Amino acid sequence: MADLQSQDYIRRSASTMTPPSIRDHEAEVAKLIDVSRCIGCKACQSACMEWNNLRTDVGHFEGSYDNPSDLNPSTWTLMRFTEYEDEQGNLEWLIRKDGCMHCEDPGCLKACPAPGAIVQYANGIVDFISENCIGCGYCVKGCPFDIPRISKVDHKSYKCTLCSDRVGVGLEPACVKACPTGAIMFGSKTDMTAWAGERVEDLKSRGFANAGLYDPAGVGGTHVMYVLHHADRPSLYAGLPDKPRISPLVAVWKGMFKPLALASMAFAVVAGFVHWVVEGPNEVQPEDEAAASALLHKADEPK
Amino acid sequence: MTYPRGTLIRNATATRINHWITGGCFVLLVLSGLSMFDPDTFFLSALFGGGQSARAIHPWIGIVLLLSYCGLIVQFWRDNLPSWDDWVWMKSIDRVLVNEEEGLPELGRFNAGQKFVFWSMTLLLPTLFATGLVIWDVYFSPYTTIEVQRVAELIHCVAATAAILVWIIHVYAALWVKGSLRAMTQGYVTPGWAWRHHRKWLRHLAAAGARGPTPRSGGKAPSG
Repeated sequence: MADLQSQDYIRRSASTMTPPSIRDHEAEVAKLIDVSRCIGCKACQSACMEWNNLRTDVGHFEGSYDNPSDLNPSTWTLMRFTEYEDEQGNLEWLIRKDGCMHCEDPGCLKACPAPGAIVQYANGIVDFISENCIGCGYCVKGCPFDIPRISKVDHKSYKCTLCSDRVGVGLEPACVKACPTGAIMFGSKTDMTAWAGERVEDLKSRGFANAGLYDPAGVGGTHVMYVLHHADRPSLYAGLPDKPRISPLVAVWKGMFKPLALASMAFAVVAGFVHWVVEGPNEVQPEDEAAASALLHKADEPK
Repeated sequence: MTYPRGTLIRNATATRINHWITGGCFVLLVLSGLSMFDPDTFFLSALFGGGQSARAIHPWIGIVLLLSYCGLIVQFWRDNLPSWDDWVWMKSIDRVLVNEEEGLPELGRFNAGQKFVFWSMTLLLPTLFATGLVIWDVYFSPYTTIEVQRVAELIHCVAATAAILVWIIHVYAALWVKGSLRAMTQGYVTPGWAWRHHRKWLRHLAAAGARGPTPRSGGKAPSG
């Protein structure tokens, strides 16, 4: 794929120059995951494996419907099941399709030290360009959603691409294609936000007063959004962050500290050079040798 | 190693080898570390065969550095213990910087600047090692939370920057004070150098009849 140029980058990791961006006349896309319509069939997981040619190793039963038990380099999307008892004592089975949220302000891209290993296209998709990845794991630290996974085999970081290869040729992502209930929708971010509004109204009319859209502002909004019955408590859904944002530790590390550190190093070198020019080296003088010689002779004398 | 007649041994051969293993590792760590630190210095990764290789080799060099530096700690800690004279010397640092050392306290084997470098590195290098293990993704990522790794990453960068600044001071001081570089390459200094910069050390060697690097190390003092 690397030979097929996108030329529509709006962000490129570890790059100070403007990346190729001329083909930017395209709408921002979004995947809308309506948790209230999900039946947990895992068709999306299978479709993701099939389209992307991913096969994770067969694991072990961990006492949960989550299978495999976590995201891994070969599992880019995962149904996470939560049994929740509401205030009335009713059991609710909350099923969330986990995976990359394709943040508008991606923490992984901010943290990445390898030029061009993580890019963001004009349509909003955040993609890992694996040939540039150095396997350092900084994206893991940058991500507010704990999504990227580093392969132990090729030491590259992997995550959902939002099927950027399919979307690039006008197709919807594989998971959307496979969903039998219409719980996963795909389109322009504007359309998806509008559709989510209708779904939220419907849920509210059915007693879910706190239903809402999960499009967290802390990361500038996301290009994967959820309709939640309990939008006031996203963490109910297998730990979906209530207020995700790039960690301030990462912001300091990747923000003000970098120029400060390099400038202080440059200053130290220049200060040394200026000192050399102004004061010059500290050289031993003949009188030092004479004094030392006298001292050593004195020490040699019998006491 | 034979040293020229009439000179003092400043650093024994084993010490010098130990020092340069440490120094070589430090330079490689600075180059590979900076390549992962800022886009402007990413090109340094080419020296290691690319970003993947730089990332992979950096922590291994760090292990060698720490082991090597432990050797320097063992050899140098005693002579780096602080004294009151260090404080007096530090207060007159402005005179030291303009090459006027007369009237300052006589110094033992190390001056306060050298002690600062020693103790800074003794503090910073283990810090870099410990935080480096936490962010050594290939082997150690499962053992800590991502939040702990974020903290470790930031401490690692701050400590590395501090260590690089100390290192720049160390290298410049070696160039500035003539005769110091040879003390770590060929190992010897002239008695006049010792008189000028470390007079108490010279007196101790003379009194013990030792050639250096310490009065304990025996040998025969040059009779000039």
